[in-house]
Amino acid sequence: MIQVKNLHKGFNGQEILKGINYTFERGKTNLIIGQSGSGKSVFLKCMLGLFKADKGTIEYDGKPYSTFSDEEQRELRTEMGMLFQGGALFDSMTVEENVMFPLRMFTKQKKSEMLARVNEVLERVNLEGNGNKMPSEISGGMQKRVAIARAIVNKPKYLFCDEPNSGLDPQTATVIDNLIQELTVENDITTVLITHDMNSVLEIGERIAFLKDGLLAWKGTKEEIFKTDDASVTDFVYSSNLFQKVRKAQLKGL
Amino acid sequence: MTYLHSIGEYFLMLKGVFGRMTKGSVLKNLILKEIDDLIMGSLGIVAFLSFFIGAVVAIQTALNLNNPLIPKSLVAYAARQSVILEFAPTFISIIMAGKVGSFITSSIGSMRVTEQIDALEVMGINSKNYLIFPKIIAMLTYPFVIAISMFLGIAGAYSAAVLGGFVNSDQFISGLQDEFIPFHLTYAFIKTFLFAFILATVPAYHGYYMKGGALEVGEASTTSFVWTSVVLIITNYAVTQLLLS
Ligand SMILES: Nc1ncnc2c1ncn2[C@@H]1O[C@H](COP(=O)(O)OP(=O)(O)OP(=O)(O)O)[C@@H](O)[C@H]1O
Ligand SMILES: [Mg+2]
Repeated sequence: MIQVKNLHKGFNGQEILKGINYTFERGKTNLIIGQSGSGKSVFLKCMLGLFKADKGTIEYDGKPYSTFSDEEQRELRTEMGMLFQGGALFDSMTVEENVMFPLRMFTKQKKSEMLARVNEVLERVNLEGNGNKMPSEISGGMQKRVAIARAIVNKPKYLFCDEPNSGLDPQTATVIDNLIQELTVENDITTVLITHDMNSVLEIGERIAFLKDGLLAWKGTKEEIFKTDDASVTDFVYSSNLFQKVRKAQLKGL
Repeated sequence: MTYLHSIGEYFLMLKGVFGRMTKGSVLKNLILKEIDDLIMGSLGIVAFLSFFIGAVVAIQTALNLNNPLIPKSLVAYAARQSVILEFAPTFISIIMAGKVGSFITSSIGSMRVTEQIDALEVMGINSKNYLIFPKIIAMLTYPFVIAISMFLGIAGAYSAAVLGGFVNSDQFISGLQDEFIPFHLTYAFIKTFLFAFILATVPAYHGYYMKGGALEVGEASTTSFVWTSVVLIITNYAVTQLLLS
């Protein structure tokens, strides 16, 4: 569980986050949605400690992360996994080395044990047999899956995903969404997932927070998001043609 | 004002580099890789340049020695002094600022723009230590490069002077030993150590703190080369003033 209280963050005098309060639940995929530029990535980076919040607190299962020293933060970060918007695989390492990296840095396991775990997670993301390839030799969707494998290899308690399926075809996107959802439930992880893809919302939106103008403008589930009257939410949701048609069909009672 | 800010940021970066250490076994591999990339990868070009610079210095000196009162062995003396004092440590370092420096800036910079540095930090790794410390340690072997450069520079001078028929071998060897001051070597290697540190850290700074995308990585490499050269030249001036005058 991650609790965010009254989080403020600005750059050069311009406030991006204006007092966010939210609790991310354990064993659930917690979605953050919002327009491009609404501050989703900034919010996530504040939670990770990559940006220092101007005001407010962030607690990880009761641990006051935001007031921790750099060293204490580093300690807690070994329990986090992060899936970056662009994958952020180390391009000088093979797929296997990438996935093994957190184990090599933070565990005292033998090489054979590490390899076994790496193969296990690679299999989990359907990439068995690709361990010796370089990131540049595999497709974007495969890179994302390698990044997921790397994020979960050391059994994190907290998983952060910044637009895990941007730039992917709808089918692969769905596969990745479901993979994250399953891993979250299987391992009882607190997962925070940023997206502006309504398909993801439909697929895995059990808990949704909508970010607008630096505030959490709305929260609810995927069932609720299609029923709400909140104008800012409906503007966002129905900006897509497809969903406008769905909406019309709903209204017609089809 | 922005310069002051950059200088402050540079020293903060250094503090981070010597902060929490990366796991020893991992660090060892990183250092070996950096030695391979930064040092071994530069030996070829350094050897080539040094030999021909030495040769040109010898020819230039020989061509200007028209006065019969000046001994021919001066060719060797002049080559030795210029190669040891400036050409090997300073000139080669400027070349290295282009070669090694832009390599460091672009490799760290592209890790920055593709969020690989953030990925390291999120894992709880001290990315400054992980990325920059091994480069500094690898550059501790840089004086060997300069020693090779000195040797080949003088060998180049010998080849040009003797094969070109300006002096004979004995004259050259005796000129080489003329008024040799061991402290000049000490001075050259003190410089070299400082240059090694600059060559590792100034380009690293430009890569680590860059912003933007692929295009900016290219720009950062160019800026990095300019600043590394400037810092090298200023340091050279300061050290020379301090140690030789
Ligand atoms: N390092 C930074 N320095 C200054 N401003 C920043 C920085 N990072 C983000 N911003 C600003 O914060 C705002 C929110 O950016 P952010 O990246 O969080 O958007 P986002 O919601 O993730 O958008 P997208 O969906 O396109 O990824 C933008 O106006 C951006 O210019
Ligand atoms: Mg973003």
